[in-house]
Amino acid sequence: MSDLRTELKQSIIEQLNLEELELADIDNDQPLFGDGLGLDSIDVLELIVMLEKDYGIKLTDPEQGKEIFASIDKMAEFIEANRTK
Amino acid sequence: MNKGIVVTGMGIISALGNSVAENFSALTAGKTGLSYPEFFQTNHSNLPVGEVKFSNEELAGKLNLHEDHIFTRATLFGTIAAKQAIFQASLSKDDLKETGFISGTSVGGMDATEKYYQEYEEKTGQRRFIQAQHPGFTTSQIASYLKLGGYVTTISTACSSSANAIMLGARLIKTGKLKRVVVGGTDCLTKFTLNGFNSLMILSEEFCKAFDDSRNGLNLGEGAAYLVLEADDVLNGKPVLGRILGYGNANDAFHQTASSETGQGAFLAIKKALEIAGLPPEKIDYINAHGTATKNNDLSESTAFLRIFGENVPDFSSTKAFTGHTLAASGGMEAVFSLLALQNDQIFPNLNFEIPMRETGLKPVSELKKKKLLHILSNSFGFGGNCTSLIFSKNEE
Amino acid sequence: MTEFSFKITDFVRIKNQRIFHRKDLIFKTEKSLGLDQFLKEAYQNLKITYPKFHKMDGLCKLGILASEVLFKDHFISPDTALVLSNSASSLETDKKHQLAMSEMVSPAIFVYTLPNIVLGEISIKHKLQSENVFFIENRFNPELLMDYAEVLLETKKAPAVVCGWIDLKNAEYDVFLCLISKEGEIPLSKENLKQLYLFENE
Repeated sequence: MSDLRTELKQSIIEQLNLEELELADIDNDQPLFGDGLGLDSIDVLELIVMLEKDYGIKLTDPEQGKEIFASIDKMAEFIEANRTK
Repeated sequence: MNKGIVVTGMGIISALGNSVAENFSALTAGKTGLSYPEFFQTNHSNLPVGEVKFSNEELAGKLNLHEDHIFTRATLFGTIAAKQAIFQASLSKDDLKETGFISGTSVGGMDATEKYYQEYEEKTGQRRFIQAQHPGFTTSQIASYLKLGGYVTTISTACSSSANAIMLGARLIKTGKLKRVVVGGTDCLTKFTLNGFNSLMILSEEFCKAFDDSRNGLNLGEGAAYLVLEADDVLNGKPVLGRILGYGNANDAFHQTASSETGQGAFLAIKKALEIAGLPPEKIDYINAHGTATKNNDLSESTAFLRIFGENVPDFSSTKAFTGHTLAASGGMEAVFSLLALQNDQIFPNLNFEIPMRETGLKPVSELKKKKLLHILSNSFGFGGNCTSLIFSKNEE
Repeated sequence: MTEFSFKITDFVRIKNQRIFHRKDLIFKTEKSLGLDQFLKEAYQNLKITYPKFHKMDGLCKLGILASEVLFKDHFISPDTALVLSNSASSLETDKKHQLAMSEMVSPAIFVYTLPNIVLGEISIKHKLQSENVFFIENRFNPELLMDYAEVLLETKKAPAVVCGWIDLKNAEYDVFLCLISKEGEIPLSKENLKQLYLFENE
């Protein structure tokens, strides 16, 4: 159950080159954007690529990204509901 | 010591055609050059592009190149356009020996690399194109063909490259370091660029609508455009197409590819250009905007307009729905269009515009408009926050 | 002669696992580390705290390291111009993008497929909103850099200029950045720029 969340944290740290962060540094409900982890618009696009590559979900509107990727919890919920892989 | 900088020649090849006259004809008829990929091999054939409707073989034929030539598509474009400019400026063989060449490009010979890279290891046939990958090679090939013997360099600052080339050329003439220089840029469609832009989700599947509230991205284009710049004290009665009165460059310092909400880079570049030109904002009669039709650029650029011009934003339009966004060549192309506007007192329309942006309410000129034009501002903003503005003025005797 | 009214105020050299500030060796790694490891260790050694560093490509990382050292002892006004150049453009990252195209394109890689992004990254980090340009040349061209810097300084477009060479090809790096202004002892000249560029170890 929490495996997906751990998997996501790992992915995010790797994909987005968040070298100075450990898994334990990211809380499940912590905002990822703005003051949270400080992710930006390119990070949203990378996460969109990750959604397709790892979970088979294709997003066509980058604006949706900000909501779906608001926190690890939100991401996990969305993926659980829509994954095809 | 500060000399005036005049334009004595210009040349262009774009989706609108292979000459200044053909481009002008399309601009005044409101006829877009956007279409779907024909020569350009891509899986994304649903994406509109501003493709030059000539194959490489046809282009090479126009230049009488031998079979073993090493002219990539951007080099072919550049040579054809620069040749037109040099012809119009009536440069003699001796003139050319001292004429410099400053050219901008983003992909250089990438099209050849895409075509031949896989076979380089096993087959030798196309290996001469290996060196053509280098953007500097594109520039030196053009300079060599046209026998330009002066100072040669390549600028690579993304979509502001040819505008920066024009700015540098103008400066070198103003400070007396060069008497004459050919400036501009060239780029061609490549999978590299198309796939890259696609991953940034800023391409539109429709013909782009700059400054429209429902705009949803840009269309890529290709081509080349060059100007011949000379100091105004060495003309000997040569006809002048226009003057370069001002130029400015600044970094937005916000993000690698997106522009700041306040349009700070654009604001600073326009401000500097006005300062150099010694003009107050109200003297600008028309702005040829960068206007790529991405959500981000058009808002950022409009915000800069409001900051500089307040309530009196001059007539403006983006011509990118005619040619597509030709990346490094765009500054040069829009310089040609600005000079055409000045010569004919006509503002070319911002095609496909319907509804003003809700944030600003600004409306570009959407139909061909006759208007006396003295000073035109032309903007080119590149990835990396590189913002350049140029001011072209009518040559008044 | 205007050639001597401006000075090479400060300079940095990064090559062969070494970083020189002026002629002092300030960082070196013992063995032949790969590029990524060298960049990471330099970042840590210079005590830079800028997490965005890790997202950048090799060329931008080199630019950030070099500018960090160069700016250390000076007040850098937001009008400080940047005039950089190289031969390989953004080739290393271009290759990565090309590879990614056969699987899934990465926007974070594509964003770095232009050499002038390094100008953007330096500007963002140090809040510079100045004039900047990037030239592609076959080799280090001191005359070009000097001419451009002089024009900017003489016409008061900028109070100081960072100019230099920042090249990365086949994981080999060659970086030379200098700060030009009215301060300092070394006169700005083609010869002096060339000498400092050629200096690697005494």
